[in-house]
Amino acid sequence: MTTHSATSGTGAPPGTRPRSSKLAALLGRQPLGIVLAAPYAIFLAAVFAYPLGLAVWISFHDYFFSAPGAQVDRPFVGLDNYKEVLGDPAVRRSFLNVLEFLVINVPLTVALSLVLAAALNGAIRGRSFLRIAYFVPYVTASVALVSVWLFLFSQGGMVNQLLGDLAPKPSWLVNKGLAMPVIAMFVTWKQLGFSVLIYLAALQNVPKELYESASVDGAGQAKSFWHVTVPGVRPATTLVLILAIITGANLFTEPYLLTNGGGPNGASASPVLVMYQKGIEQGSPDTAAAIGVLLVIGVLLIALVNKFLLERE
Amino acid sequence: MRSKVATATLTMLALSITAVSCGGGSGDSDAASSVGPIKVWLSNNPEEIAWGKQMVDAWNSENPDEKVTAQEIPAGKTSEEVIGAAITAGNAPCLVFNTSPAAVPQFEKQGGLVALDSFEGGTEYVESRSGDVAEQYQSPDGQYFQIPWKSNPVMIFYNKDIMKKAGVDPENPPLATYDEFLATSRKIVDSGAADAAIWPAPSSEFFQSWFDFYPLYAAETGGTQLVEDGNATFDSEQGKAVADFWATMYSEGLSQQEKYNADSFADQKAGMAIVGPWAVAVYGDKINWGVAPVPTSAGTSPEETYTFSDAKNIGLYSACKNQKTAFEVLKFATSEEQDGQLLELTGQMPLRTDLQATYPDYFAEKPEYETFADQASRTVEVPNVPNSIAIWQAFRDQYSKSVIFGEGTVDEALTGASDEATKLAGES
Repeated sequence: MTTHSATSGTGAPPGTRPRSSKLAALLGRQPLGIVLAAPYAIFLAAVFAYPLGLAVWISFHDYFFSAPGAQVDRPFVGLDNYKEVLGDPAVRRSFLNVLEFLVINVPLTVALSLVLAAALNGAIRGRSFLRIAYFVPYVTASVALVSVWLFLFSQGGMVNQLLGDLAPKPSWLVNKGLAMPVIAMFVTWKQLGFSVLIYLAALQNVPKELYESASVDGAGQAKSFWHVTVPGVRPATTLVLILAIITGANLFTEPYLLTNGGGPNGASASPVLVMYQKGIEQGSPDTAAAIGVLLVIGVLLIALVNKFLLERE
Repeated sequence: MRSKVATATLTMLALSITAVSCGGGSGDSDAASSVGPIKVWLSNNPEEIAWGKQMVDAWNSENPDEKVTAQEIPAGKTSEEVIGAAITAGNAPCLVFNTSPAAVPQFEKQGGLVALDSFEGGTEYVESRSGDVAEQYQSPDGQYFQIPWKSNPVMIFYNKDIMKKAGVDPENPPLATYDEFLATSRKIVDSGAADAAIWPAPSSEFFQSWFDFYPLYAAETGGTQLVEDGNATFDSEQGKAVADFWATMYSEGLSQQEKYNADSFADQKAGMAIVGPWAVAVYGDKINWGVAPVPTSAGTSPEETYTFSDAKNIGLYSACKNQKTAFEVLKFATSEEQDGQLLELTGQMPLRTDLQATYPDYFAEKPEYETFADQASRTVEVPNVPNSIAIWQAFRDQYSKSVIFGEGTVDEALTGASDEATKLAGES
């Protein structure tokens, strides 16, 4: 694109921008900003961009870890790793499992955290205690919390004792149809505090006048919630949704610990768990990288669709 | 939890950075003839640490210029993962006294291990110490990348008090055939003496089949490995018989489908367990126990019954700068004297021929170990083939589906697992 105004009097040939102007355009109006942002940009490049690029490279090669100095051949194999993982029933099942997880976990997280945040934003007794109580699971290590859920949902656990003859057979964590829903419930409960916190912050920005107007117009609490609160915290909902999707895509600890490495016939195996099995246990980082790349693409697509649906005018 | 994808990817990539940036050969001719101080890793149970400490002290007192430093294997989910990462990073120790035979093909592929044949008299030493057993630990190309060290031949431990409570003869419970084992199991569960007759972990980890299917398969076949000559062997009448036996155990609730998150035998929730000689020290005073060979369909005499070895071997790693010293330490640590110390301090069986004749005093003093010593001469190892762990995972997935959870038929599962195992074994 030519910019005639910029070239007047500079002696630069028409259609080109003088060097100083190019530099100025590159650096922007506050070059100091680049200096300030540089450390984090370098950190991002080193810790995320380079590994991601390398993961993509690995996924297109016959790659395995080797000792320094070992003579190994790592030929380019094109899409072979992708064909292998897409043809692997265990991998396909793991993606379906995580979809099942997201279908349960994401709506529950959004709905529950918004309702709880709205309640905790009101003048209720014990508000501070409840806020802390909901946040405690989030800051507690999954490993510690899993033992609580094992106590509740294992075969001889409290839930089955209460249910008696109504207890599912096979039990929750070894039941093909129930293992993943139980994990989804666990993660929902664990992450709820963080989402509530995001919504509580967002609720502070919803003008009180809107609630007053709604009240004057005769809206009850439910209508006010639906027509004022929900639209008022839409950007926060986008954030909660995306974070919940990313959390779901990263699922590893819960199926690994709650259902002992993927549950009955892999019913609760997540893509990350399969990545771990293939990449670390079985020494096939190339196929693990392919799973990782597919997972990143999937998460990005879902997040973009969500963002588009939520933020369109 | 926020960054598991990133973490898993980064772990692999961090490891790969080293690998990508290096070239050349894993063999270091200078290292092979070099002597000097070395580091070794030991398993992290107290008994083996005690053995390692005395072994290192004994070596160091005789060889002050070639000092050995020992440490516990660094913490990780499994030893194999830690060793694999150390190989990639180039900081593996010279010797690891806890090398799983199942992981050896992978370590070998990584260029992480030194062939013991490359040392003068290496092959002869390995074969002289272990006899015919050594053959199971040869790589497909005939080389030795590990020296057989110790085994924990698994057998059936039973709780005599539970047997008595169930109305079974506690001194001689009928456990030799599948029919007898099932009948005894039914009595245990039906009487309420225990929640399960036997409770092997029904989870999906690749190694769990070593403690349910594989010992019985070894016994049923008279010592056949899961894969032989590049082909899976278990899609057979014997394989089906073993799988059907376990399927019955699970379908009748004699074994539980959910993992017990502690020790079911120690907690007396199960009347039996499949364990090695380590269990003598662990359960010794707490449980009134007895021991029997694993069952077979028709019943096999104890002196002819095979089982899974649950062995751990010693590997010499290519990151070692003073490999000549490392090989000498390896020989020192597997000498008759040090094997005797291992037996004395850990109760685990050195993988050597005729243990009872070599250490008669020990077995006279501790007759409870005699059964295991006899069993140690008839063990089956995991096959030394490419993609060993992937093969076990493929097998476990199919076994878990059909045998434990009753989905699909056992025949279909074994055929599917067999095809996959043969395919994986054929890949380099």
